[in-house]
Amino acid sequence: MAFFKLAKTITKSLFGKPATLMYPVKPGKQYKITKGHVVNDIEKCIFCASCQRVCPTQAICVNKNDRSWEIDRLRCCTCNACVEICPVKCLTMDTKYTAPMTTRTKDMMKSSKPVPAKPAAKAGETKEENTDD
Amino acid sequence: MPKQIIIPFGPQHPVLPEPIHLDLVLEDEKVVEAIPSIGYIHRGLEKLVEKRDYNQYIYIAERICGICSFIHGLSYAQAVEGLMDIEVPERAVYLRTIGSEYSRLHSHLLWLGCFADSMGFESLFMNTWRIREHILNRMEESLGGRVIQGTCKVGGVRRDIDGETLDKMISELAGVEKDIKEVTATFLKDSSIRHRTKKVGILTKKEAFDMGAAGPTMRGSGVEKDTRMIGYAAYGKIDFAPITASGGDCYARCEVRVKELHQSIDIIRQCIKKIPEGPIEVKVKANPTGEYISRVEQPRGEAIHYVRGNGTKNLERFRVRTPTFANIPPLVKMLGGCDLADVPVIVLSIDPCISCTER
Repeated sequence: MAFFKLAKTITKSLFGKPATLMYPVKPGKQYKITKGHVVNDIEKCIFCASCQRVCPTQAICVNKNDRSWEIDRLRCCTCNACVEICPVKCLTMDTKYTAPMTTRTKDMMKSSKPVPAKPAAKAGETKEENTDD
Repeated sequence: MPKQIIIPFGPQHPVLPEPIHLDLVLEDEKVVEAIPSIGYIHRGLEKLVEKRDYNQYIYIAERICGICSFIHGLSYAQAVEGLMDIEVPERAVYLRTIGSEYSRLHSHLLWLGCFADSMGFESLFMNTWRIREHILNRMEESLGGRVIQGTCKVGGVRRDIDGETLDKMISELAGVEKDIKEVTATFLKDSSIRHRTKKVGILTKKEAFDMGAAGPTMRGSGVEKDTRMIGYAAYGKIDFAPITASGGDCYARCEVRVKELHQSIDIIRQCIKKIPEGPIEVKVKANPTGEYISRVEQPRGEAIHYVRGNGTKNLERFRVRTPTFANIPPLVKMLGGCDLADVPVIVLSIDPCISCTER
């Protein structure tokens, strides 16, 4: 009996598909909700810094004055909290993982729209950035 | 009297998934005494609760452990919900139960693989982990991550599972169950495995109870206790009973885990059958005050999360008692009098998770 079981396992292993993927030659399996990396559509961004406040790893840094948005990919734990809180839905979660990196760098994005001369007087935008901890 | 020598075992050892150090006092090949020491992987996660708000902290609570991450998240969410008197919607409760049981399946399959590896049975290790891959893929598709899911939140769950995926889960589990039966038959019937595990590392029922062992280590000694029986999440509405074995040895602990695999599949099926439609979360406002203890059954045993709030967005105190911490005194007891060659098998038989223990 044991012999037949062994033969079955060996046959399965020899003629079946490999259980592992040749990553990174073949890309990893991705599903609709796979959390790869955070993408910002910077032209839609209103620089409200909600993402910066909600980030548990403090990976995001928003600068309203020069309209820039910065993320440290090595700190980001792709928890999706920023994507969920974003009021204009400019943040999305891409299903692809970022490429490995050899040095610690930050991804910086700058809006091509000019910096407004006077800060907008809307209630939502006059709030000062939260700098707790 | 033979000369005593001390052999250091760990923190870096091929058989150990995580760093624990044991000083083994030997007389010839027999272990006379084992002196454990931990402290190689402390990360200060409990202190961090003062620096992150209670909603953010759930991501950190999940990262206490890399294997039972879902259940740590669930336990923390339960504790904060208890503080704030939040009633979680019924559908969310069922989704949490499904997530917990998937987590248990993947943890037990991982353990079975490591256990086979600890006695040098490498092909069995590979075959067990091949089954685990199906579970991990389904977790990624439905819960959002292979190991760290980020599904639970204070007030419910973050994402719903649609009917199509639930049906897919059921059909896939039938195949997984067949594969599990095939692989686990080797664990329970193979003569070489029985030789390595039977009557090795015996913990009697009284010792298990007195030393406060947890999870399969306790149930393998015949103590009939399972925290899921208190009915947290949707367990109160599911039909199941704690699984025990009477041997108290490594084989009995393996047997309990093998049977729990089938039990978990059964619980997932019952949950999918009974899951109601409805909302998956409630809005959470205000800050937590008071204190609360949440108890859950992890794959390794009972975990306790204690939280204390002071009316601000940061919790004042967060404390975790993990099952491996409870299982270290029984482990020391089991190691006394065993052969040196059996030490890896006995250490692995409690499923040590040192990251949890030290946080």
